[in-house]
Amino acid sequence: MAETLLRVAGLSAGVADKTILHNVDLEIARGEAHVLMGPNGAGKSTLGHVIMGDPAFEVMEGSILFDGADITEKSPTDRSLAGMFLSYQAPVEVPGLPLYTFLRTICQMRPELKTTARKFREEVGALADELDLDQGLIMRELNVGFSGGEKKKIEMLQLLLLKPQLAILDETDSGLDVDALSIVSKGIEAYRQRCDGSLLVITHNTRILERLEVDRTHIMVRGRLVADGPASLIGEIDAHGFEHYECELGDEA
Amino acid sequence: MARTHVQDINRSLYDFVMPEVDAERYADGLTPAIVRAISEKKHEPAWMLEMRLEALERYHTMQMPANWGPSTKGLDLNHISTYVAPNAKRTNSWDDVPADIKETFERLGIPEAERETLAGVGAQYDSEIVYHNMRESVADQGVIYTTIEDALADPELEPVVRKHFGTLIPMTEHKFSALHYAVWSGSSFVYVPAGVTLPFPLQSYFRLNAQGAGQFEHTLIIVEEGGNLHFIEGCSAPKYNVANLHAGAVEIFVGSGAHMRYSTIENWSKNMFNLNTKRATVGADAHMEWVSGSFGSHVSYLYPSTILAGDNSDCEFTGITFAGATQDLDTGCKVTMNGKNTNASVNTKSISKDGGINTFRSSVIIGPRAENARASVSCQSLMLDDMSRSDTIPAMDVRCAGASVGHEATIGRIADETVFYLMSRGCSEGEARTMVVNGFANPISKELPMEYAVEMNNLIKLEMEGAIG
Repeated sequence: MAETLLRVAGLSAGVADKTILHNVDLEIARGEAHVLMGPNGAGKSTLGHVIMGDPAFEVMEGSILFDGADITEKSPTDRSLAGMFLSYQAPVEVPGLPLYTFLRTICQMRPELKTTARKFREEVGALADELDLDQGLIMRELNVGFSGGEKKKIEMLQLLLLKPQLAILDETDSGLDVDALSIVSKGIEAYRQRCDGSLLVITHNTRILERLEVDRTHIMVRGRLVADGPASLIGEIDAHGFEHYECELGDEA
Repeated sequence: MARTHVQDINRSLYDFVMPEVDAERYADGLTPAIVRAISEKKHEPAWMLEMRLEALERYHTMQMPANWGPSTKGLDLNHISTYVAPNAKRTNSWDDVPADIKETFERLGIPEAERETLAGVGAQYDSEIVYHNMRESVADQGVIYTTIEDALADPELEPVVRKHFGTLIPMTEHKFSALHYAVWSGSSFVYVPAGVTLPFPLQSYFRLNAQGAGQFEHTLIIVEEGGNLHFIEGCSAPKYNVANLHAGAVEIFVGSGAHMRYSTIENWSKNMFNLNTKRATVGADAHMEWVSGSFGSHVSYLYPSTILAGDNSDCEFTGITFAGATQDLDTGCKVTMNGKNTNASVNTKSISKDGGINTFRSSVIIGPRAENARASVSCQSLMLDDMSRSDTIPAMDVRCAGASVGHEATIGRIADETVFYLMSRGCSEGEARTMVVNGFANPISKELPMEYAVEMNNLIKLEMEGAIG
């Protein structure tokens, strides 16, 4: 078995007086692609954000290990620099911050990605072509006035630039039309091939998974991981939904 | 680290004190004797002395602003020295400027900017201009850039000064304009002949080095029909524990079809009361632009004012203010629209932190003959914490049917989710906040002259660093 990259152990987390995640255990090995599925409001996005260190949530119990180190108390900055990436369901807009300047800044702060201005420009240009992004977009303000599809492609552009060890993709497929979905899927494929990175894909739509070789599928219901299984579990969910798991959980939560 | 580097550069950039070497400092307070002494030293014509004495009398009868605006507590005019002349003759060669003063302006980057991007420079140190020079090619076109003191001594220019001086900003405007006309010293006089376009900006830089002193410079600009001028004003001072006062006046006459841009970066130290008055009158088909960055001073009352006198004239006001701890900045602008088809556009941003107070105050008056006038006022405020304050007080007085006016104001904070997003891409919390603040300021900073835009970004970085604990 491959070496473990991410280990979430006995994790309970939430906001002030409400626990959202209950005793979650999750392990992702290097190079593996995992899928996290579940009904709306199950806590999937919360898990993604807590792994990334979103200060909006409080870790009540348990720990998160990444690349051999306990990062439970680490800032999102440290987690990012250690090679973790979270693609947002709704990427934020930053008025006045040119996208290109932003991309250059986040690459230059990583010693392994430092490069000349010219090489960087070429790399960004090539990636933009690959993701079918209008080059003009690169000079605009970060995400301001971008369409949903453009925002998701910009997330993929950052993923491919930063080459993280682990990418958590939070509902990256939501709100995309067929063409955009296909390009985003290609972006994910490219990430897998070029970086040999691990993936945690959060979704409740199986379409994005069609092009992806999945190693493991996890089901979350009401903040608990209630089942996991091989890729074939996705087909089952597609056919029968989550009802079965919800009934099994009963009224205990 | 690079960030610390920026901080070091900026601290030393403004906050250094040169010893007052052989300066001629008049006694504190305001008496006819002091006013006479200033006038006599300048060998002024009699009308100017009379004007000064009348202004002094009015000053004593006028009230401090009482029911509005920031507190002027701590400003005791009986303990402000109104005239401190450096021991230096006005010159057009930096080599002739005394070493300490020359070093001051070198540290502020003035001679370098002059070589690279400017058509002419005036540099005022305390109460007097110590350096004044303009490129020959510009002078050959008939452009005049000198001091009012020198213009008054020139038989050809004296009538021009007399015709315009004090007519746009009357001494009766408010208590500090009366004070200004009583003790004004140090100045810029610019005359752009009809049809002449200056290829580069002119810049006057005002440095107040003396402790407990006032600076009362007067700027008089005349751009004749079809002329085009960009004038830049910069100001700074080291920090003292006693109050300093700045009460300058800027009068600008923009002729028909002319184009005028006036840019200011004000970075006074935080013991400064900045009570400055600026006004432009704009002829038919002419264009006036104000670009204003206010970062310093303890208290500011600053509302550059534009009179759109001619038909089809227009004006733009673009401003940004940054108020930190102990700062109460009351800024904005005034526009009076008298001509037909006039257009006014006001766009401001303010940033408040550490208990700093920003008040945006504007007044747009559309006169009864200003048919088809259009005015839009937009102001956006960003507050970086709960201690700070931001108020918006826009006034519109519309006396002409069919005018079109619009106003929008937003007050916001840096969203936590934005900071988290940027941090999740590797930025530290401080870098994330700085990015948001710079982004907020960016639409304004790109209007500033290049060297000031860079300076502004550095200032924001500097200001932000203290905020991160």
